Amino acid sequence: MSFALPQLLRGLGVTLEIGAIVVTAGSLAGFVVGLSLLYGGFAVRLAARLYVDTIRGLPVLVLIFVIYFALPAFGLRFSAFQAGITALSIFATAHIAEIVRGGIDSIPRAQMDAAKAVGLTFWQRLHLVILPQAVRRMVPSWVNVAVEIVKGSALLSLLGIIDLLLAMQNVVGVTFSPLPFYGLTAFLYFAVNFTISRIGGLMERRFAYLKY
Amino acid sequence: MAPILKISDLHKHFGPLEVLRGISLDVDPGQVVALVGASGSGKTTLLRCVNALEDYHKGSISLGDEQIGYQDLNGRRVRLPESRVARQRAELGMVFQSYNLFPHMTVLDNVALGLVYVQKKSRAEAERIALSWIERVGLADKVKSYPFQLSGGQQQRVAIARAVAMQPKVMLFDEVTSALDPELIGEVLAVMQNLARSGQTMLVVSHEMMFVREVAHRVVFMDGGVIVEQGPPEEVLVRPRTERLQTFLTRFRGVLR
Repeated sequence: MSFALPQLLRGLGVTLEIGAIVVTAGSLAGFVVGLSLLYGGFAVRLAARLYVDTIRGLPVLVLIFVIYFALPAFGLRFSAFQAGITALSIFATAHIAEIVRGGIDSIPRAQMDAAKAVGLTFWQRLHLVILPQAVRRMVPSWVNVAVEIVKGSALLSLLGIIDLLLAMQNVVGVTFSPLPFYGLTAFLYFAVNFTISRIGGLMERRFAYLKY
Repeated sequence: MAPILKISDLHKHFGPLEVLRGISLDVDPGQVVALVGASGSGKTTLLRCVNALEDYHKGSISLGDEQIGYQDLNGRRVRLPESRVARQRAELGMVFQSYNLFPHMTVLDNVALGLVYVQKKSRAEAERIALSWIERVGLADKVKSYPFQLSGGQQQRVAIARAVAMQPKVMLFDEVTSALDPELIGEVLAVMQNLARSGQTMLVVSHEMMFVREVAHRVVFMDGGVIVEQGPPEEVLVRPRTERLQTFLTRFRGVLR
């Protein structure tokens, strides 16, 4: 155990690091792509739509392999960690873009009219009137994506990244006692994702006074 | 006296449907002009065009001597940049049928929003102005409430305060009592009547004929996207000249007499 635990915790650290980077990058980029879907000119909208629909139609694993194994043929070479982060971020961006679009779209058009009538500029309308209402509606789906990313990060072990999953396999390979370590690893994944869900629940309650 | 609001030859269509077919209308400062007509006659669309919430295809709308929403560049009509349009909208106040208060803000914040972010007043100054308007519409005890805690009539009074607090040159009212329970209509109309008495220029779309008759200086009857008849209420509403207006007014015979 004194041998196994540090390894597993180091793996957990890598998994958390991947999750944090990907969810942050995916949220920022997804926000931009989501706004492009709604408010971009024709070309921007079309490009954003193509991106979102293509990526959402692909298994994450295919995306990971394309970036790590296929792109080097075109002279684009990434480390396993860079490739993994990039693939998951591209995946997260597409999903969060659609969440942002849907969330904003679900706010009655009349709210935008009223914000215009007050004399607010586009960015003021978005940040003062539309987003505070839309964000609450985005939270549940956003939590789903964050949880998917943490779970999906296990796929990066296939590239040799020693995340929680691969760390566990290493430990099992030495100790030959799979059951306790599978159990412990499953529990750690669950604990991370349960925490994310709880944070989502808190955020929803934070905005609960919003009613129509 | 020069008109504060000048609408000339306004045309708009939604696809093949012509909603406005050459509307010309002037509003003088301090005047209350009521737009009446059956639904689908283009009243609401006209009001939304004035606040640049809708594009239109021909004609022009000017507030003072500034054209709203568009500029003429070498004889071509070009949409103004978004920030300019926003500044123009700040000179106009609008109240909607469905109130459209911002549900995530208190009454005070709803009214103070434009004062802080559009007129760039200090928070304290904005709240002082907002508070005085909230008092004037009779809701001093609801300052910290959220819209969902208010009745429809109260929400609409906040919406009026939100618009008037910006000291707009013209107030636009779009069927503001149509969504209200009958017993709540009176409180909203009373607020509007006070505004009119204080000299606020108003363009009002309304089906409340008693109110129109009492408060409006001029009544404009629209039908099929054109102005059919206009004049002082005691003429237009009591002695309509056209058959179309006579037919429209039969619905209100009980109220007008």
